[in-house]
Amino acid sequence: MSQIDLQIPEVSIREIRLGSITGFQGSAKELVKCSRCGLRDKTRSFSQCLGCSTSHAACMVILIQDAAVISHGPVGCSSCYHEFAFTYRVNSPLRGVEHPGQRRIFSTNLQETDTVYGGEAKLASGIREVYERTHPHAIFVLTTCASGIIGDDVESVCDSAEEELGVPVVAIFCEGFRSRVWTTGFDAGYHGIARKLIKPARKRRTDVINVINFWGSDIFSDWFAPFGAKPNFITPYSTVECLEHSSESAATVQVCSTLGSYLGAVLEQDFGVPEIKTAPPYGVAQTDRWFRELGKALHKEKEAEELIVAKKAEYLPKIAALRRELEGKTAYVTAGAAHGHALLNVLGELGIRAEGAALFHHNPLYDNGSEKSDLLAQGVKDYGDVPNFNICNKQEFELVNTLNRLRPDLLLARHGGMTLWGAKLGIPSLLIGDEHFSMGYEGILRYGERILEVLENDEFVKNLEKHAVNPYTKWWLSQDPYRFLEKGAASAGGGGGSK
Amino acid sequence: MSNAGIRNAGIIEQERYTCAIGALQSVVAIPRAVPILHSGPGCGTMIQGFFERSTGYAGGSTSPCTNFSEQEVVFGGIDRLREIITNTYKVLDTDLQVVLTGCTSGIVGDDVDALAEEFRGQGKPIVSVETAGFKCSNLVAHSLVVNAIVDQYVSLFEEDNPSRSEKRTVNLFSSIPYQDPFWKGNLREYKRLLEGIGLKVHVLFSPESRGVAEWRQIPRASFNILVSPWYGKPIAEHLEERYDQPYLQFPHVPIGANETERFLRQVLAFAGEQDAALDEIAAGEFIRREREAYYGEIDNLATFLLEFRYGLPNHVHILHDAGYVVGLSKFLLHEVGIVPKEQFIVDNTPEEFRAQIEADLKSTSDRKTIPLCFEPDAGKAQDVIRSLRHKGRGLIIGSGWDKELAREKDYDFLSAAVPTPYRMVLTTNYVGFSGGLRVIEDIYDRVLATYR
Repeated sequence: MSQIDLQIPEVSIREIRLGSITGFQGSAKELVKCSRCGLRDKTRSFSQCLGCSTSHAACMVILIQDAAVISHGPVGCSSCYHEFAFTYRVNSPLRGVEHPGQRRIFSTNLQETDTVYGGEAKLASGIREVYERTHPHAIFVLTTCASGIIGDDVESVCDSAEEELGVPVVAIFCEGFRSRVWTTGFDAGYHGIARKLIKPARKRRTDVINVINFWGSDIFSDWFAPFGAKPNFITPYSTVECLEHSSESAATVQVCSTLGSYLGAVLEQDFGVPEIKTAPPYGVAQTDRWFRELGKALHKEKEAEELIVAKKAEYLPKIAALRRELEGKTAYVTAGAAHGHALLNVLGELGIRAEGAALFHHNPLYDNGSEKSDLLAQGVKDYGDVPNFNICNKQEFELVNTLNRLRPDLLLARHGGMTLWGAKLGIPSLLIGDEHFSMGYEGILRYGERILEVLENDEFVKNLEKHAVNPYTKWWLSQDPYRFLEKGAASAGGGGGSK
Repeated sequence: MSNAGIRNAGIIEQERYTCAIGALQSVVAIPRAVPILHSGPGCGTMIQGFFERSTGYAGGSTSPCTNFSEQEVVFGGIDRLREIITNTYKVLDTDLQVVLTGCTSGIVGDDVDALAEEFRGQGKPIVSVETAGFKCSNLVAHSLVVNAIVDQYVSLFEEDNPSRSEKRTVNLFSSIPYQDPFWKGNLREYKRLLEGIGLKVHVLFSPESRGVAEWRQIPRASFNILVSPWYGKPIAEHLEERYDQPYLQFPHVPIGANETERFLRQVLAFAGEQDAALDEIAAGEFIRREREAYYGEIDNLATFLLEFRYGLPNHVHILHDAGYVVGLSKFLLHEVGIVPKEQFIVDNTPEEFRAQIEADLKSTSDRKTIPLCFEPDAGKAQDVIRSLRHKGRGLIIGSGWDKELAREKDYDFLSAAVPTPYRMVLTTNYVGFSGGLRVIEDIYDRVLATYR
């Protein structure tokens, strides 16, 4: 099953490694069914700006405390990274980083002549200069479309620099055009980290658990305390040294399988760290399962059961009370794959009916190959089917059309740019960036309370609706939302999913 | 400071501008126009991330994009682009479409111009422009975009818009949309000021523009006004060649009373040479009223500046584009009393314009030398500032990157350049008499906020 090979410089893209897709229409149940017999991706004959791999690889290395990052491309390919510098500074208190250092982000600033004569010499001298200016504990080099197409041998340049400078110089292959699934960029970043930074374990620790995550709040220190363990957050706010020894942890958990799929699997397969394969704890049933598997992996089943009982006694009555207030409301969800599934679970707990979802891609299974990680399949069993289930890589035109049709009571989003259209249509919209916010039993309560607040305070969106500017044609808004999506069966086996 | 050793094309840290395709924001700034990206996935989000809150009518997540994949890299992307453009007309309601190419298209060599021509043949208002990221910066590409629209769209309406047929009409080229965070407010203020002295103004971008209807009338203008040390110059030159329109160049951003008045008087004189026959008495009266209102405020302020005893900044380092560095330096020295120390132009100014810009800054004072450094590598500029020591309380005016530097040095900080996640600008202007007052408000608002 495993497609992981740390011997080769480039990570295999998700489309090939996992059979991931970016186009589907149908229901959640149909997608789950098709996923087991090989999904066939569909293209669109109209498309809008997507994200790309390079910025997704970037966010996983820029926030490492003591590293420097070089984007090997024209200046434009690193121009949104100041946002990660902002994130690093602003969220540092959540991780107890008292003096967040300035992020050191460079561009090789490729020019037209470099596309003719190659950019290798420039990269080599650039790495040296960055080392002199920053003295980092590691340097990450991100490739771009331009450096990829002109065929620079980035791996060799980085290897020579590493030998010369004596610090890891990690080539990360994340050219945008290689994959339509931009989360391939996470895999590319982790692939580089696993190849060049993570060292074989000197010993196995029982008191440290890897948490593959973004930059959210620390709920894990409290959660792990009863197990006598503490979190090792990777990779944001990690240090190069912590990453090197992440191979020694007792286990690895992920806050989002879309994010951590590759690294979780690598740490288990190549470094022997057991991965908690049960999908992250969103919703009551899933939280039960997750704590149980964690307890099992740490040989602390009793502590897990005690924790579950105590937390449920505290939170379930509150959740039930909240459910009474929210029962019967409808919502639409747009998010990345795994976190979208997570939000659907939380809605299920709160008694809110999901009218549909637009999730950015779909992985039939993750790198560990385990069905336990498939939160969508589990969610359909726990909470029932979700209609109007669309796999749509941030195609705003489909979202606008669908929302305009469904007019749910609420729009839930996980990524920037997606809530605007909910608001323009007068639909209360909520974006929670911190994926830890809705985790666990307490997360259901936190999230539900936020939803209630958003539903109660809809004056802003109702006013905006009256004055909203709309660039979409009347024709388009009266069409089937999937009009520009390729027709035909969704699975190689000819399963459902198409109209 | 000398500029020796500065390599335009070397590795850079903390870029304060973006690549050529960033000029898609100039399209977004035209009412009801849409950029269509023939580029890799991610180019649009990079630009969106650089400028932030820059979606406009059909930018950001709304902009169509071919999202190059391996297939287009190998086989070319023209068919894909044709399909995307065809469907753009069905899905989006727009007046002008501008196709911008990215690195991928540039390297594989798609003939986008021929395709745009094909759609123009069907009567579509579509323009193509090559903006591969490795070609140039967005400041340079802004001119490419404007000139492409002139050549491929405006030119189709020349019959109804005879060259230089309106004596008192001008086209204004000044702030680069979004790259100048105050572009929207600045264009509004330029328009108000120029109308105040009797001109009709095509600002072309922002809600102050009438959109494509205004663009079509570009040839009618008697002359062009370029407010810029270097960027946008190819536009003025192109229009001079194409429509015989002469242009007046004002080389820095006019902020405050001195430079705004100087700017307006130069325009008046130039308009006179072009037989605009403006009412000079009325124009002079307008300028007088503006100036008096301005000094009424400065009069109030002076007591504060002179007497506030708890500490105010006495010197400033600015990291900005050439127009702002010079414009702010002149303003702060003469009209606020903050002394410009080492200044940094981070817009990757082409070599041939540097001497002129240095001379313009030098003319600020015959008693003081203001050291100037052209340094697109803003990380390096920060290192220079780190190593400097000046007496008194300091102020840094720059982008969001400089907030940390200001904190390190315990300086006051005003965020006034991109990229910046630390400041919200909607329609504020820094240009003009009122812009000067706003700069003063912004500086002392931040200074006073440090007192708790």
